[in-house]
Amino acid sequence: MANRNAHPGNGLSLARSQELWLLACAVLTLAPDGARAPGWLIAAVALALLWRTAIWWRRAALPPRWLLSLLVLAGSVGVYLTHRQFFGKDPGIALLILFLALKLLEMHRIRDGLAVVFLCYFLLFTHFLDEQGMDVAGITLIALVVITATLSNLAHAGRPLVDHLRLSALMIAQAIPFMLVLFLLFPRVQGPLWGMPTDAYSGMSGLSDSMTPGSISSLSLSGEIAFRARFEDEIPPKPQLYWRGPVLRLFDGRTWRIGTQQEKVSPGGTASGPAIRYTVTLEPHNKPWLFALEMPLAPPSGAFVSHELQVLSKTPVRSRLRYDMQSHIGFVPGVDEAEPVRHRHLDLPGNNPRTRALAEQWRREATQAEAIIQRMLGHFRTERFFYTLNPPLLGANGIDQFLFETRRGFCEHYASAFVFFMRAAGIPARVVTGYQGGERNPVDGYLIVRQSDAHAWAEVWLEGKGWTRVDPTAAVAPNRIEVGLASAVPAGEPLPFLVRADLTWLKQLRYRWDAITNTWNQWVLGYDPQRQRELLSRLGMPQPDWKAMTVVMAALCGLLLLGLTAWALHRRTRIDPVQRAWNRLSRRLARIGLARRAWEGPADYTRRVTQARPELSPAFAAIAGLYIDLRYGKLAGKEAQQKLSAMIADLDIPEWR
Amino acid sequence: MPLVAAFKRWLFRLYGPEPSPIVLTQRRIYVLPTRPGLAYAAALGLMLVGAINYNLGLGYALIFLLAGLGLVTLLHTFRNLVRIEISPGRVEPVFAGDVVQFGLQLHNRRGPGRFAIRLKLADGEAVTIDLAPEASTAIYLPLPSRKRGWLRPGRVTLETRYPLCLIRAWSYVEPDMRCLVYPRPETSPPPLPLMAVGESGAARSGRGSDDFAGLRTHQPADSPRHVAWKAVAREQSLLTKQFSGAGTVQAWLDWDTLPQELGVETRLSRLTRWLLDAHAQGLAYGLRLPGREIPLGQGERQLQDCLEALAVHGE
Repeated sequence: MANRNAHPGNGLSLARSQELWLLACAVLTLAPDGARAPGWLIAAVALALLWRTAIWWRRAALPPRWLLSLLVLAGSVGVYLTHRQFFGKDPGIALLILFLALKLLEMHRIRDGLAVVFLCYFLLFTHFLDEQGMDVAGITLIALVVITATLSNLAHAGRPLVDHLRLSALMIAQAIPFMLVLFLLFPRVQGPLWGMPTDAYSGMSGLSDSMTPGSISSLSLSGEIAFRARFEDEIPPKPQLYWRGPVLRLFDGRTWRIGTQQEKVSPGGTASGPAIRYTVTLEPHNKPWLFALEMPLAPPSGAFVSHELQVLSKTPVRSRLRYDMQSHIGFVPGVDEAEPVRHRHLDLPGNNPRTRALAEQWRREATQAEAIIQRMLGHFRTERFFYTLNPPLLGANGIDQFLFETRRGFCEHYASAFVFFMRAAGIPARVVTGYQGGERNPVDGYLIVRQSDAHAWAEVWLEGKGWTRVDPTAAVAPNRIEVGLASAVPAGEPLPFLVRADLTWLKQLRYRWDAITNTWNQWVLGYDPQRQRELLSRLGMPQPDWKAMTVVMAALCGLLLLGLTAWALHRRTRIDPVQRAWNRLSRRLARIGLARRAWEGPADYTRRVTQARPELSPAFAAIAGLYIDLRYGKLAGKEAQQKLSAMIADLDIPEWR
Repeated sequence: MPLVAAFKRWLFRLYGPEPSPIVLTQRRIYVLPTRPGLAYAAALGLMLVGAINYNLGLGYALIFLLAGLGLVTLLHTFRNLVRIEISPGRVEPVFAGDVVQFGLQLHNRRGPGRFAIRLKLADGEAVTIDLAPEASTAIYLPLPSRKRGWLRPGRVTLETRYPLCLIRAWSYVEPDMRCLVYPRPETSPPPLPLMAVGESGAARSGRGSDDFAGLRTHQPADSPRHVAWKAVAREQSLLTKQFSGAGTVQAWLDWDTLPQELGVETRLSRLTRWLLDAHAQGLAYGLRLPGREIPLGQGERQLQDCLEALAVHGE
């Protein structure tokens, strides 16, 4: 009793089959890490696995303890040198991989085997830090069955492999209802719990806070999804789908940057027309801006709308974020924009003399700002300007070169040149980046916006109107806005595979697949406290706070456990009805102290009963006779069995003489 | 702490020997996590912190699946033990100091097989067995005997951690069985007091007078002095020399002839040795104990009666 939990079985040596299983388990778990872990670690782990397999094969001795300690030390130093820290996602995973590999080299008892299995479970979990797609989920489920079978093999090495796998699959299948209940009802907490290590969000792509020639066209080559939007009503027509992102005001001659202050003061203006309501599910991009249709008015909680009408979150978006938005397409802000603000939008660096001279000339010739704008757009339209993903490189006076020599560019070239020209002509202007368009998935009705929809356009301030959108790209390549990128660039340019217009059957397949992925993202990966509350109140829980959830969760788990208990106690094998009837007779006679003894055959029993209670004699003898015939004789069949049951039920047993 | 003991008795239903067959009903099976089980739970807690911190939807799913697996294995472990029937089996008497093998009959009346069930007596070695579906299995639980008399096995602990080592299910049973432990034969006793019943009526001592009658297989109780060592060299198995002349030589093994200063147990030990010697030599012998006399006799039955009388002397 004193040492109840220390099962002596843990100290037993591992059988050879158990060792092999554990090795296979470790290989299966470590395989996906091969693509992610640092090269030296992969090599070291592969060596360790080969070494352990050789030890197993030749029944050799395990490496001595001092060598293992040395390897742990060397590995830890290696992890530190690679990541410069021990905390955080990547060094943590590296250390886990290292420990698993070295534990294998130390493993010789059941206890070590258990440690290996638990490490494998943990490593499975860490794979989700990198990817959480449905494919990963499926692979993990298979790995889970194998690892659990290995664990069961540790409890009993003697059974065949198939039995362990079958049992493991059965247990995991039985665990799935618990998983569903816990998944839906476990009170969710919005993470993160503490400041995240700096390495947590490397490798996320999206629009940045600056724009140089080539930055958007390179983003356009990616078919990755930027965000999805679901509209409450109809999706507005494509030319209105301007998804506003970073607004760039500062220009140094080559790069456009975001303004330094982000004031929360509203720019003013009047909304006209009905509001468009929609929900955006934004993929993480590690930047604070949220995307919204022009013009966003009501910010979602945890975000604000800046003076330049950018929607900004208080923290960078590091996990898939869902937010409700409202926009007014007809809204033109900043009618009463203050003079200093307007003035800031005229700043120009001192280069590009030819553009300045032309702008100066046009300004003298025109009476209104609108006329200059129209003339510029007409210039783009009528002169030989080309819209292409592969523009030539530009030098120091990039805008001059673009406008007068190369005349080939992507949207950022046009937006940049246009805004420069406007400023040179005395019209306040700025560059707006974001996404334009998107495609509707006919399967689930979501609008999918990809990185390839990234776009840059211009905004000019007009007296009495405010900030007005002008898209010079539309002048050069109207198809870009009306239809999409694929129809706007010349054939043969390297577009992302998924954006190309041909291959319609593939497109259908892709829509379907994307709808499934989206459902997965929305309901499995994006199941957060907010969505949990929404779902539970829709399912009829009046006040889905954590207390109510815990109570319901406990109750449902209790019910599931009860069901499993019933299953565990269920008698798989029915005993023979004849035997059951005979047992019932014994139970009835037990009341008068004449229960059948374990060793008593029917004849002996009859003798004893009739001696003790002669008045039972004829009826009892008849029952015993029928039983003997049914049990040992040729008599069989349902009728005879029923007769026996009836006779036993009818036997009159007087309580006391 | 009598209160704790009483609580344990109540909790674990320890009411002394139980009538057989003992069925492990669900109410007498206890389940608790094992040490690896606690480590597993701790690992899940750690993963949960990670899932919250990194907002891993799939991480939650995995943790909840593993938690569910923990609950499911609880039931599987329980199911591995429930409704096993235990009945007492064979027990052979032993000499004090030897290991008693308590035979138990385990019956699995249900479909699924039972795996890695560990049975143990409080002071004995554990035995691990599997039970096939719908089958009876006989096992022997060893228990070292210390002193002569009736030895009860006491509480048998049946436990299992199958299938995942995370949960331990156990139950206590106390089968109604006992084993007779004979006194340990003295190792170097004085020679057997013999009495020849001849014409003269005088007792003569010595073993040489008996005629060698043949050989039989050696039994553990046989005196080493009667091992046919030559035959051992030849036949490669232990044989015991048997002597004729039983009719003529009697041995009365009398408690009162032994010096009092030897103490009760040594006297019983010596009598045991003499009994075995007399039996091995095929003599007719009788046993006189205070308050009990077993008349002259021969054969296995006589030996067992006498050994039993010695074993339970004074009880």
